[in-house]
Amino acid sequence: MLRFARRRLFFFLFTYVLSSLIIFFLLRVLPGDPAKVIAGGREAAPEQVAEIRAELGLDVPLPEQYLSWAGNFLRGDWGKTIAFRGADNRDLILERSRNSARLAFIALALSVPLSLVLGVIAGLSENKLPDVLISLLTLSVVSLPEFVTGLFLINTVALRWGRGPLASAIGWWFPASSAVPANASFGEMLPALWLPAIAATLVLLAYISRLTRAGVIEELKRDYVRTAALKGISRRSVILRHVLRNALLPTITVIAISISWLISGLVVIEFVFGFPGLGSLLIAAIERRDLPLVQSIVMVTVTVVLCANLFADAAYALLNPRIKLE
Amino acid sequence: MMTPASDLLLEIEDLTLSYRIDKRWIPAVRNFQLKLARGQVYGLVGESGSGKSTIAMALMRFLSGNGRVESGAKMRFAGEDLLGKSAAEMRAIWAKRIKLVPQNAGAALNPSMRVGPQVLESIRAAIGIDGVEAERAMMRMFHDVNLIDPEKVARRYPHELSGGMQQRVMIAMALVSNPELLILDEPTTGLDVTTEAVILDLIRQLIAERDTGVLYITHNLGVVAQLCERVTVLYAGEIMEDDRADDLFHQAWHPYTLGLLGSLPRPGQNKRDALLHPIDGNPPALKDSSHACAFAERCAFAEDICRDVKPPLESLPDGRAIRCHRWREIRDGELHLVADDSAAAEPAHEGRAQSLMRVADLTKHFTVGRSLADVLSHSAPPPIRAVDGVDLALNAGQALGLVGESGSGKTTLARLIVGLQERTGGKLELLGMDIRNSVRERSPDVLAKIQMVFQNPQNALNPYMSVRDAIRRPLIKLRGMNPGDADAEALALLRSVNLRADYADRFPGELSGGEKQRVAIARAFASDPDLIICDEPVSALDVSVQAAVLNLLARLQDQNGTAYLFISHDLAAVGYLADTIAVMYLGQLFEVAGREDLFQPPFHPYTEALFAAIPVADPRHRVEATLLSDALPSAQYIPGGCRFHTRCPRAIGPICEEEEPPWRDAGAGHVIRCHIPIEELTEAQTKSAAGAAMD
Amino acid sequence: MLPIGQRITASLQMIKALLRQPASALGTLIAAFFLFLALFGGQLAPYPNPNDQSHNARVSPTLDIGSLQFGEHPFGTDRLGRDVYSRVILGASSIFRIAGLGTLFSVLIGSALGLLMGYRGGMFDEITGRVIDALMAIPALLLALVMVGIIRNMDFDIGSWQAELSNNVVLLVIAVLYVPVVARVARSATLDIKTREFVEAAEIRGETTAYILFREILPSVIPALVVEASLRFSYAIFLVASLGFLGFGARPPSPDWGLMVNENRGGYYQLTPWALEFPALAIAILVIAVNLMSDGIRRAVQKSA
Repeated sequence: MLRFARRRLFFFLFTYVLSSLIIFFLLRVLPGDPAKVIAGGREAAPEQVAEIRAELGLDVPLPEQYLSWAGNFLRGDWGKTIAFRGADNRDLILERSRNSARLAFIALALSVPLSLVLGVIAGLSENKLPDVLISLLTLSVVSLPEFVTGLFLINTVALRWGRGPLASAIGWWFPASSAVPANASFGEMLPALWLPAIAATLVLLAYISRLTRAGVIEELKRDYVRTAALKGISRRSVILRHVLRNALLPTITVIAISISWLISGLVVIEFVFGFPGLGSLLIAAIERRDLPLVQSIVMVTVTVVLCANLFADAAYALLNPRIKLE
Repeated sequence: MMTPASDLLLEIEDLTLSYRIDKRWIPAVRNFQLKLARGQVYGLVGESGSGKSTIAMALMRFLSGNGRVESGAKMRFAGEDLLGKSAAEMRAIWAKRIKLVPQNAGAALNPSMRVGPQVLESIRAAIGIDGVEAERAMMRMFHDVNLIDPEKVARRYPHELSGGMQQRVMIAMALVSNPELLILDEPTTGLDVTTEAVILDLIRQLIAERDTGVLYITHNLGVVAQLCERVTVLYAGEIMEDDRADDLFHQAWHPYTLGLLGSLPRPGQNKRDALLHPIDGNPPALKDSSHACAFAERCAFAEDICRDVKPPLESLPDGRAIRCHRWREIRDGELHLVADDSAAAEPAHEGRAQSLMRVADLTKHFTVGRSLADVLSHSAPPPIRAVDGVDLALNAGQALGLVGESGSGKTTLARLIVGLQERTGGKLELLGMDIRNSVRERSPDVLAKIQMVFQNPQNALNPYMSVRDAIRRPLIKLRGMNPGDADAEALALLRSVNLRADYADRFPGELSGGEKQRVAIARAFASDPDLIICDEPVSALDVSVQAAVLNLLARLQDQNGTAYLFISHDLAAVGYLADTIAVMYLGQLFEVAGREDLFQPPFHPYTEALFAAIPVADPRHRVEATLLSDALPSAQYIPGGCRFHTRCPRAIGPICEEEEPPWRDAGAGHVIRCHIPIEELTEAQTKSAAGAAMD
Repeated sequence: MLPIGQRITASLQMIKALLRQPASALGTLIAAFFLFLALFGGQLAPYPNPNDQSHNARVSPTLDIGSLQFGEHPFGTDRLGRDVYSRVILGASSIFRIAGLGTLFSVLIGSALGLLMGYRGGMFDEITGRVIDALMAIPALLLALVMVGIIRNMDFDIGSWQAELSNNVVLLVIAVLYVPVVARVARSATLDIKTREFVEAAEIRGETTAYILFREILPSVIPALVVEASLRFSYAIFLVASLGFLGFGARPPSPDWGLMVNENRGGYYQLTPWALEFPALAIAILVIAVNLMSDGIRRAVQKSA
């Protein structure tokens, strides 16, 4: 057990450091002179460039830059924004992250149960009608780019239906724009969350349900399922006690991996709906060339993704007796 | 069949089973019949594709979706019509009255559930008891199947049990309801010969105590002979012969039965004494019904009528059933299988015993799970000592057999010699010269001298490379031939393994298992090697094909003067092909002997136990005592002293647990590594052999 | 490797198996239709210059499905007076070029890397594997946005190769994003094949690593790579469209579908809904079609294996 945990933890840290190196490379090394980029590229005034360079500590050797940046990040000192009137990067990112997390939470709460049910139904009826229908659904409508579904939801639900007889109800529950104040409370924000959450749900639905289906089909073919059936117990028991127990185990990993997928999706969805989340912040930061802010945002998402993976590994190991925890 | 009607448990008539393949229904089993009495043990023997497992599944009404029972079939179980049962009725029968013990118990148990609850679930379904009562029944049953420490076993997950223990759990699960019919579908296939013997012994003992009818399905004639009263021989979905076991094994009248029996090497039989009688050709693939005798293509006695008219299944007055046009001639001794005895002669190369290879103190210790994390955190479990100090010498042209259970390190030893794995210690000399560790460091000359034939013909050939290219490649690479010469030589090699020239342009997907292995053998011989390592070369093949490959290996060895290192878990096969035999246990050799010496006392106690475990294909020669418990210790935690002491039936005391045994010389190159002096071994073993003979 | 004849028969069989499933056959046909548009769009579009603003602005679509009359502006014109029908047709070529070439590069590099990792194993595999993990810990779209954002803002001399590269930055991004994914797939397939005994037989013959990788292992890995490539292609189309929509792909005024959707949303949607709907529909149909096709390819390969 200890050995396993130590191993996992080691991999986690190693990967984390490597990821931070990649991010550092992308944002500090690749641009050549980040200060110049931040200051506005070719036309930047040399004094301004020098000022930014000094402020960000870009005039020391690269390894030193990396270490001081990484140290500052871990300490929670993420610097001041350049693009957002000198707000504190950490405050800004945490506030936006909280908003994105609200969205992600609703999306996961909707999509995980729904996709498990769909996946199991499809798997149990392999190549029969329910499976064919679910497969077509997940392959087509549900796998459209987020901005297509997002715009469809805005244009159809919010705008078209919003003019109909139920206009006032729909108008409140499904506003066309989710551009609410970033510091709104969950309750205030809730109406603005529905449509983007549905769009995000669709993102995950296809992914999780198809992998669940594959898992169920694979387990159904195993010898132990025959053994269970030949015990003379009902098909219900065979499925619930034996098949699903094994088929749903890997789904833990699938859900963790889909977090990364979900984050990508949220960037687009937040942009489409104008929702004040981390994703829309990132796009704004890149557009305004606020490289330190971009760097911190990406590090935060990497932290989330890797922690989710670590959590899934641990959960899978604890629930799956086949992994030896010596 | 002379069974009183009241005792009749299972009666199958005219059972035809089809599978849907490419939108057509193709029969896999035709007109099968069976009468099984209560308490009777019935053997169903057949090679792969004979339909034997399909019959079992049909009998349980558990055919897969693409299979069906054709109309006209009758299946009566204890007087009830099985085919007319509803799904709910069948469930009730599965729960209590008909039980199946499948092959590969490891896969048949739910991997994410502890063993106890799985058995309890079965008990609940069968007897309807729960709680403490059910648990008590389970413990009783675990005790009956000789599971040591049942409480602990119940708390284990399947993967934490050995193969033998898993199978015991399956047997316990099946017998706990005291079923009327028990179907055993290859229950020991995939287990080691020692474990197999223990499980067979257990099955025999358990059914003797009960009134259960048993249908024992297997490809292994030895196992059938050991266990069954009556045997049906199945070929291509049809019954060939059906008789009492004793008659079948001693007076078979069907050419196929004769062929199967003739293709099995018996313990002690050697290529120098008599060649095996192989059956030509390959087991048939599933195909549409033909009007010929299914066996005609491969039958040594086939005449025109056999190819035109399917013989009927004749029931003879003495209870035998047989499907052959010519059984009378066989019965009357007018037809015999004639062995090709051209290769049985002594090889021309013997006599000048030039040393070919010497292995000294060879070791291979695998470090376990050393990843980046372990390297950096300085934590590592003890290494696996797969090969742990082996000395071995091999002369040119000599065939050295290497036997041992799986996990004994014999395959690792072979891979060290051939250079697929790097040794961690010791020396390896070829023709007096040190050779390098791994294939990457060896010169083409050395590579050409040592070649290998692998266990699994399925994977031995590249599926995307034609037979011609597969054989040509070593000719070009190791013998420096130009493509034209290589082409001609490849065809010659193909001929030498008895394959027609038109096989050159085939791809592995178009070959049967036996044919693939022939190509692999031709490829191994292509570089004109001095030594070929044969790692279980026939164990993945059907019985009827094994003999032909063994004979081929024997002939090629004589013709080319090649030395073999022949690895097998099958003592009879090793004894057949080898001149000298080495017995390996947990990474060390325990005994080395000439083939004449190995099969009689003195033996190393481990060799003795291996012998005792062989299921001989003769009902009159049943193995009674099993000497070994089924668990081979882990090579990661090898017992101290003599590493065999934990299982040794002849251990003599603390010395075995404390000191490594010495090599003792039994004369004529026969050496045994044991604390017991040679004389005492001889005496004890002669006595017990005599005792067994008197029973 | 299989002789060319065998290879062709095998491919034909796969295509037959693919076309036998109605949904995948439909997907393949639609994808082929779009490919046709991508190749010959210049000849097919009524107004071959996508930025021709000589038409009346905000003309409603003249397409009449009932009578199959196309009219002058089947999909209408946008607020700048550009013919939407022509722009949609002309937009097919960039999405195919970027997604197709990006996938091709990533599959070529990724499979070579994966083969080497799987076959060599050891520290090389371990370290490369960790780098791949680290790269994949950054959500794909974020990595893409950051790379596009950075590379676009770098000032290269006009005409230099770096400038050329930065013009094709999305293509580069796709290759970088998917190399690790393909490498993983190739690696695990290689790990499976490498233990097969025919590979060991080649080692015993003293074959070079290159021979073993490309002659012995690669042919058996190809089916898995074909499946992965088709899957990557569908994701690449998805990604190109998304980047275009976010303003990180093609730059205005190019007739990129994603960009067209973005340019015509919000207040403009009320004015010229068709200018958003038709490119969005094109993206939706192409994504669905490629999805169905790649699912069919997966099934066909699984069946033949």
